Amino acid sequence: MTSFLSRVALAMLLGVSVASLATAAEIAVEAGEGAAERLTEALISAKPGDTVRIGAGRFDLTDGLSLDVDDVVVKGAGPDRTVLSFKGQTGAGEGLLVTSDRVVLEDFAIEDTKGDGVKSKGSDQITFRNLRVEWTNGPDEKNGAYGVYPVASKNILVEKVLVKGAADAGIYVGQSENIIVRESRAEYNVAGIEIENSMKADVYRNVATHNTGGILVFDLPNLPVQGGHDIRVFDNDVTDNDTANFAPKGNMVAIVPKGMGIMVMANRNVHVFGNRLSGNGTTHVLIAAYPNEYEDENYMFVPRGVYVHGNTYGEGGGAPDGEVGKTISDISGTPVPDIVWDGVTTIPEYFSWTSAENRVYVDEAEGTTFINLKMISQLLLPWGWWPDTDISGYKGSLPEPAPVKLPQEGGA
Amino acid sequence: MARDESSVAGRSLRLVRSVAAGLAAAVATTLCGTGAAGAVSLDAILSDTPPAELSAYGFFADMAAQRPADGVVPFKLNTPLYSDGAVKMRFVFVPQGRQASYDADEVFDFPVGTALVKTFAFSADYRAPDRDLRIVETRLLLHREDGWHALAYVWNDEQTEATLKIAGARIDISTIDAKGVPFSFAYAVPNKNQCKGCHDLGGAISPIGPKARNINGSFPYADGPANQLDRWTALGILAGAPASAAAPAVPDFLDAAAPVDARARAWLDVNCAHCHRAEGPASNSGLFLTWGETEPVRYGVNKRPVAAGRGSGGRLFDIAPGDPDGSILLYRVDSVEPGIMMPELGRHLHDPAAVALLREWIAAMK
Repeated sequence: MTSFLSRVALAMLLGVSVASLATAAEIAVEAGEGAAERLTEALISAKPGDTVRIGAGRFDLTDGLSLDVDDVVVKGAGPDRTVLSFKGQTGAGEGLLVTSDRVVLEDFAIEDTKGDGVKSKGSDQITFRNLRVEWTNGPDEKNGAYGVYPVASKNILVEKVLVKGAADAGIYVGQSENIIVRESRAEYNVAGIEIENSMKADVYRNVATHNTGGILVFDLPNLPVQGGHDIRVFDNDVTDNDTANFAPKGNMVAIVPKGMGIMVMANRNVHVFGNRLSGNGTTHVLIAAYPNEYEDENYMFVPRGVYVHGNTYGEGGGAPDGEVGKTISDISGTPVPDIVWDGVTTIPEYFSWTSAENRVYVDEAEGTTFINLKMISQLLLPWGWWPDTDISGYKGSLPEPAPVKLPQEGGA
Repeated sequence: MARDESSVAGRSLRLVRSVAAGLAAAVATTLCGTGAAGAVSLDAILSDTPPAELSAYGFFADMAAQRPADGVVPFKLNTPLYSDGAVKMRFVFVPQGRQASYDADEVFDFPVGTALVKTFAFSADYRAPDRDLRIVETRLLLHREDGWHALAYVWNDEQTEATLKIAGARIDISTIDAKGVPFSFAYAVPNKNQCKGCHDLGGAISPIGPKARNINGSFPYADGPANQLDRWTALGILAGAPASAAAPAVPDFLDAAAPVDARARAWLDVNCAHCHRAEGPASNSGLFLTWGETEPVRYGVNKRPVAAGRGSGGRLFDIAPGDPDGSILLYRVDSVEPGIMMPELGRHLHDPAAVALLREWIAAMK
């Protein structure tokens, strides 16, 4: 009786059902003859509560893998020991696709997928831990778009992953809700980490280096989920993002100039603080409106409520790149200031005022440089226009969103 | 992956009977109702543990000839999904005394116990595509108490039996194309999850094909051609359908007499919209290609991609009106490279007829 009760208590603590504990099995898949087929089958026939344990070694896969069973752990022997290679892939849009709930993926590597690396679609409580997703040939426009790719999912934990070589974003969270991305490393991607059309995200203690752009927080039109908001980007190292943009034309990230640190485009209530930025040749922080024409009456193209404070800025802005870099530096000169806001606002606001919760606030240490490009002013009033570099005029603050809590970590 | 090294061209055993003849014979049996009652095993359809062999279901009076058993009704779609040029034979079984309910837009609501059966075959020579067929697989969608289940059965070389493969299979196909050029490729039998990769509506497995607009067309039944909707109503397997003349219909995308816009939208509806719809696996793209979508930007016109990656082909819009070569949609339908090609499952070749139609459609757009 006592042991049954304690088991129930443990199960409740862990957030899993007693039934699944009672029947949980471990399915071991070792490398070798027929490994690809055995792994495919293990992921299909797993039962809730099971662990699929992938042994050390190299697994050559010719087709995509997928998991559609709830409450499954897929665990390798380590991101350098268990390698799922998709070099010879002939089908599917990604390496591994998860479409079920309460899934943990950990301790393995996915290499050289033809499309995206590891994707979850419509998952609730999905954890990506200690994974490596890499295109081993380095930056190349023929690489897949996203490395770690949860989309239309909720309660997402990405931690201690390493992503290299993605032709769009290394870690990309899209159209999702309740997100933590932490202690991960993104390098040699076009975008290191991107949070797009998503709500409630904490991005912290990551390293984004040698990408084209380090960390992007975007909101785009014409998507089923938009109006991204409540994003905290803090305590990250965003340094030396110096890889030329290799995204295929047509993709949004193709506009990102080499040497972008943190970029906020559209979105609402975004807090950028306590990050360490250096060696970003275009600028360390850019706050901007969506630049393209669009047909979508529900879309807000201007960032609403951005608060940038307590970051540290090293050398940067010395090599503004591409069209965006030129637009900025034509106005600001070189080196480009640490923080750039395009200043675009809606037409009614231009003629009146922007309410307090929708403004851009900057509160940084003495010596931090800033420019408001006042782009809409340039458009409307070409004769009376000048940019604003007085950082003190943007002091203020916004109430910070509560920390994200995830059910898979015992949070609400 | 399991590999079947035999090839169509090299096989000694051939099905010489044409599909049409086989179907005609089948329908004769169905409609006369003289076959043994209860030939189909409802137990097999409803079982949690599916039979390892296709014959256990009793769908066919003659499996190799694809002659269906009593109560199993053959059908076709006005515009079918392209599957590497496979010849497909479709059948529906609705348990006696039960009926599917009609829906004007979505798949009919089929009762528990329904089986949708689709057999895939390749011709040894596409200059005569209905002849010398080699059957490779039969896919089943079974409606059990807990929902639909998707299963694939792979045929043996002798063409006498098919066995269940949950992990899918690759099968080498060698044949001769319509221009007389030999070619070969590795055909993919989908695994259980890949079935759901397309047959997913709001997270649950669902049929795709049997919608009013795609069934509403003529079929060469044994007693003469007749409209399928009307026939299903007459057979008592479909309830609530209006007369076919009052029901929606998509054209055959190859029917040059139909308007190009309708043909293109019909093709996109069948080949893309199972994923590209608000409730489908590609909902996050915001590109919705259903027949009923009326908002141009939602079906791609001047719409920028969100997650295309190298699938963009360096183009800016899904559909750039008047500019087929500036349209991502055409680039991806034309491609056979994984990571670029669309649909991303279910094909390795491209369909030149579809590419030509979509090119014409986009070129004419203003």
